[in-house]
Amino acid sequence: MKTARLFLLPLGLPVFLHAGEVTITLPPETGTYKTAAGVELVQANCLMCHSTEYVSSQPPMPRKFWEATVKKMKEKFGAPTPDAQVAALVDYLAATYGAPEKRSP
Amino acid sequence: MNSSRWTRRRFLAQTAQASAALFAGSRAFSEDTVQLPFANGGRRLVQFPGKRPLILLTHRPPQLETPFSVFNEGVITPNDAFFVRYHLSGIPLVVDPDAFRLEVKGLVQTPLKLSLAELRRDFENVEVVAVNQCSGNSRGFFQPRVGGGQLANGAMGNARWRGVRLKEVLDKAGVQAGAKQVVANGLDTPPTPQTPDFTKALDLDHARDGEILLAFEMNGEPLPMLNGFPLRLVVPGYYGTYWVKHLSELTVVGETYDGFYMSTAYRVPDTAGHCVEPGTAPKSTIPIQRFTIRSFLTSVTAGAQLPAGRETLLRGIAFDSGAGITEVLVSTDGGQSWRPAQLGKDLGRYSFREWTLAWTPPKPGACELRCRALNRLGETQPLEALWNPAGYLRNVVETTKVTVA
Repeated sequence: MKTARLFLLPLGLPVFLHAGEVTITLPPETGTYKTAAGVELVQANCLMCHSTEYVSSQPPMPRKFWEATVKKMKEKFGAPTPDAQVAALVDYLAATYGAPEKRSP
Repeated sequence: MNSSRWTRRRFLAQTAQASAALFAGSRAFSEDTVQLPFANGGRRLVQFPGKRPLILLTHRPPQLETPFSVFNEGVITPNDAFFVRYHLSGIPLVVDPDAFRLEVKGLVQTPLKLSLAELRRDFENVEVVAVNQCSGNSRGFFQPRVGGGQLANGAMGNARWRGVRLKEVLDKAGVQAGAKQVVANGLDTPPTPQTPDFTKALDLDHARDGEILLAFEMNGEPLPMLNGFPLRLVVPGYYGTYWVKHLSELTVVGETYDGFYMSTAYRVPDTAGHCVEPGTAPKSTIPIQRFTIRSFLTSVTAGAQLPAGRETLLRGIAFDSGAGITEVLVSTDGGQSWRPAQLGKDLGRYSFREWTLAWTPPKPGACELRCRALNRLGETQPLEALWNPAGYLRNVVETTKVTVA
């Protein structure tokens, strides 16, 4: 008997390739960081570990929150962000996603 | 049967379905968003493997919230609607259950490498209906707001878990004298060598209390991949952080484990009620542990219009960390007076407990509905929200504002 091969289109269902093995395919990641000065820094430093919603879903928070977050990512989670880039990275996050509340375009 | 023709036909049929879905979906797509009731609460509904469209908190690693309406469909949360929460982007996308082994090592007489077949065959298969809830469930409602996963009330679910007792597996390995904790690790991996792996520790007495399961089934089906296939810890009454998914290693250790997710993250103030003055930092903290007691109205949503003079069935759910819900009180006048609801079928002390109350709104006007659970220990929900900096343990009495017309 042939191995059953279930072809499932990217509707988010598990695909059983051969007996027993369970494979999933995740839907494409669509979030992008807002275009502003410094966006290349979040693209280079943040996307390697997580998608954009980790930033974009936060409530409007003050600059010190973003400072603490970048510090935590660097010191606790191993983000290889050069010290020289930290201030500009925090500037982008605080200006683009921080308080005072800015309306999204 | 010619399997290649069969699969080709199936393939074509599904292509057609998918195309239809794509065209039909172009309009639906822009509408498939929800607004959670707090600032910056706009979310997309996205379908992940084995799931219906769920509220997308984060894509990578996946964090998906259950739409709250699901909790009115029944006290068991369907697998395809159950919330998803990962910490590390290296999540398993392929698992061969035949090759899978659970390793039991560290301070044990006999280290073990158990296949799923051995787990099923060599230990008693048992079931428990238990709520799993994310520590940060409802974090988005904290005032002042706190950073972290901005969840409404949908990072919880109730399922019938089937597996074997952790105690029996530890007994088979033979825990050595001097052992203090059991450290659990799963197949998910950190994105950089410097990122701490997601590991959790249970005190040995807890690990051997006979209630914690190594579960391979959820509601009669194999675990969905995104809920920990093929094996996960089920720690009834404790926050989901301990329910390690894709469980592949148990290590018995002789000291209090100092992994990042025990010693730094997932901590609550070491105070009565584990709360502090809003906006302040606690002097000392301890690892988060058991659920606080909660209840929700599920049959009526905020802003609903209810007809005056006609009976409406109010229905909801309540749960605690396992003492057992004894009473749910309901107020239809903003908390001035309370009436006991009728409790539904008891599926066990770790399960959601349904409650119902028939209510006939007397006259038109604005109305605040509240519910408040009590348990066997006499614990109940606070009328004012408690606060801690990580946004954990939320259990304030919920208020649903409706209009009687």
